[in-house]
Amino acid sequence: MFGSRRADSLVPNYVILLLLVVFTIGPLVVLVSNAFKSPQELIANPLGLPMRPTLANFPEAWRVGEFATTIGNSVFLVVTTVFVELVLTGLAAYSLARLNPPGQNGFMGYMLVGSTLPIWLFLVPLFYMWSKMGLTNTLYGLAILYVAFNAPFATFLLRAFMVQIPRDFEDAARVDGANEVSVFTRVILPLTWPGFLTVGLVVGLGVWNEFQTALIFTSNPKLFPVALSYYKFTSRFGRDWSLTSAAAFMMIAPVLILFLAMQRRFIAGLSQGGIKG
Amino acid sequence: MALNPEMASAAPVPPRTYVRSAAATRARFLRQKVVPWLFIAPILLVHFIVVIVPSVQSFYYSMTDWSGIGAAEWVGFENFQQMIFDDSSYRSALFNNVKWLLVFLTVPFAMALVAAQLLAPVRKGAMWFRTLLFIPYVLPSVINANIWRNLMSPRLGLGAQVAQWGENTLGTDQLAVFGTAFLGKTETALMSIAFVDNWHFWGFLMVLFLTAMQGISQDLYDAAKIDGANRLNEFIHVTIPGILPTLAFMMMLVAIWSFLVFDYVWILTQGGPANSSEVLGSYLYKQVFNRFEAGYASAIGLSMSMFAGIIIGIFALLRRRGWEI
Repeated sequence: MFGSRRADSLVPNYVILLLLVVFTIGPLVVLVSNAFKSPQELIANPLGLPMRPTLANFPEAWRVGEFATTIGNSVFLVVTTVFVELVLTGLAAYSLARLNPPGQNGFMGYMLVGSTLPIWLFLVPLFYMWSKMGLTNTLYGLAILYVAFNAPFATFLLRAFMVQIPRDFEDAARVDGANEVSVFTRVILPLTWPGFLTVGLVVGLGVWNEFQTALIFTSNPKLFPVALSYYKFTSRFGRDWSLTSAAAFMMIAPVLILFLAMQRRFIAGLSQGGIKG
Repeated sequence: MALNPEMASAAPVPPRTYVRSAAATRARFLRQKVVPWLFIAPILLVHFIVVIVPSVQSFYYSMTDWSGIGAAEWVGFENFQQMIFDDSSYRSALFNNVKWLLVFLTVPFAMALVAAQLLAPVRKGAMWFRTLLFIPYVLPSVINANIWRNLMSPRLGLGAQVAQWGENTLGTDQLAVFGTAFLGKTETALMSIAFVDNWHFWGFLMVLFLTAMQGISQDLYDAAKIDGANRLNEFIHVTIPGILPTLAFMMMLVAIWSFLVFDYVWILTQGGPANSSEVLGSYLYKQVFNRFEAGYASAIGLSMSMFAGIIIGIFALLRRRGWEI
């Protein structure tokens, strides 16, 4: 008002942003504090901080939620998917960036179109194909699906990382008598590991959180990944908030720690095209 | 020929041989044409089998009365006829997708634009705001949904607390409306799900806009200031044009996703109560797995892809018309 335009005050910005943080993080604070309440306290105090915190919910949720099994399943899915994804798309990206395959634009176009095809288009025939091949209700069957779904994103991102490397580096290695494989492992890989890490994090996070495909392709509770198992768990124990909150806490704690530790890489990777609604 | 280093290393051709041997030609062909494709083949094969083969099959099955098991009988366009003219459930699900589209093209975009604009000039703590507002996007849908299912509970949720507070402290039952079962009422179920999905999604959009805004030259803002622009003018005349490519691209993606939504709907209501929150995704799921109408479901899936294709077409058209998006 009194010439305040010279340096706009940022106080209103902070106030509104803080309100948005409360809206975003508040529900998570409620979740975490509910995980530490006894069922009795929760009914009296469903939204506040725990007054008499207890750890009893965690072993109970671990047991009834069968986390020992489901975390094992999810870890297997994440590790297998990420490993296979990185090897297969790493090879393809290397070829695109360096080996000049004839018709490579056709392949790039194919992947671009492939990335826009919605799962609903091919879900029904895919489900029956998978069950005919005996791949439904298997963890590796699910992992193959995840590898395929993430292939376009991973290929494009890794290719983008690889084209940036100066060719001189590899030529020097070739002059020294390195073959294609050792050029890849000794020159390309050490220079492009940030790309591999980004793809690994984005794909790993996606697999850990994934619900829809797991719901459709697995019906055997012994094979449920954590997200699907949590869904079934909440439909059985939905009224027991302290139990479901403790289960949720165990499931998101590793994700949150990893995210906070590497948030730049996560955010960059997710905004580069690991985007899903 | 021997001067070509690639050749020299490709095959053990003795130097100074002026006739290209058949073996050398084959080695060269292998090296330049076949090996590159061997690197690509594995992922191409996996993607082709999982995505392309069933996509093509989908066109065939959508013209049959296939149940998923056994033989499929050709019925021509019957499924599509039924879908368009006789299936009121399909129509109301589609209508819900359109409502979803309208909500998601406005609410998260408005929130994200405002927050990004407010955050852009902030230096101190900017990283923290960005990180915290992004967190729900990295959490699993099953957990986000369950958090809000609890917070929307008519018995113990946020609204219930407000209603109770009104009754006990203010002595009025005017606030009782907040104690409603938001997910259990036909009038509110769909919008409540959209609220939860948006809670998880808008921060992602905000970060994308923020990144785009940081690419706008400070000179443009300085020039606007000299012209006497206030914050609103700056936003409309500098920020929005500056981030237009990102804005338009995300509008296209969000519009596409609005026809494909499934997770939050299925987890929170499975399309209920009384189909009031049914969307095409949940409707298709029920057709396959509850009613074993695999042929009909293929037709629905094809129609959903067509809606997504139309959105892409609209944006491609606008682009060709010279819109800089």
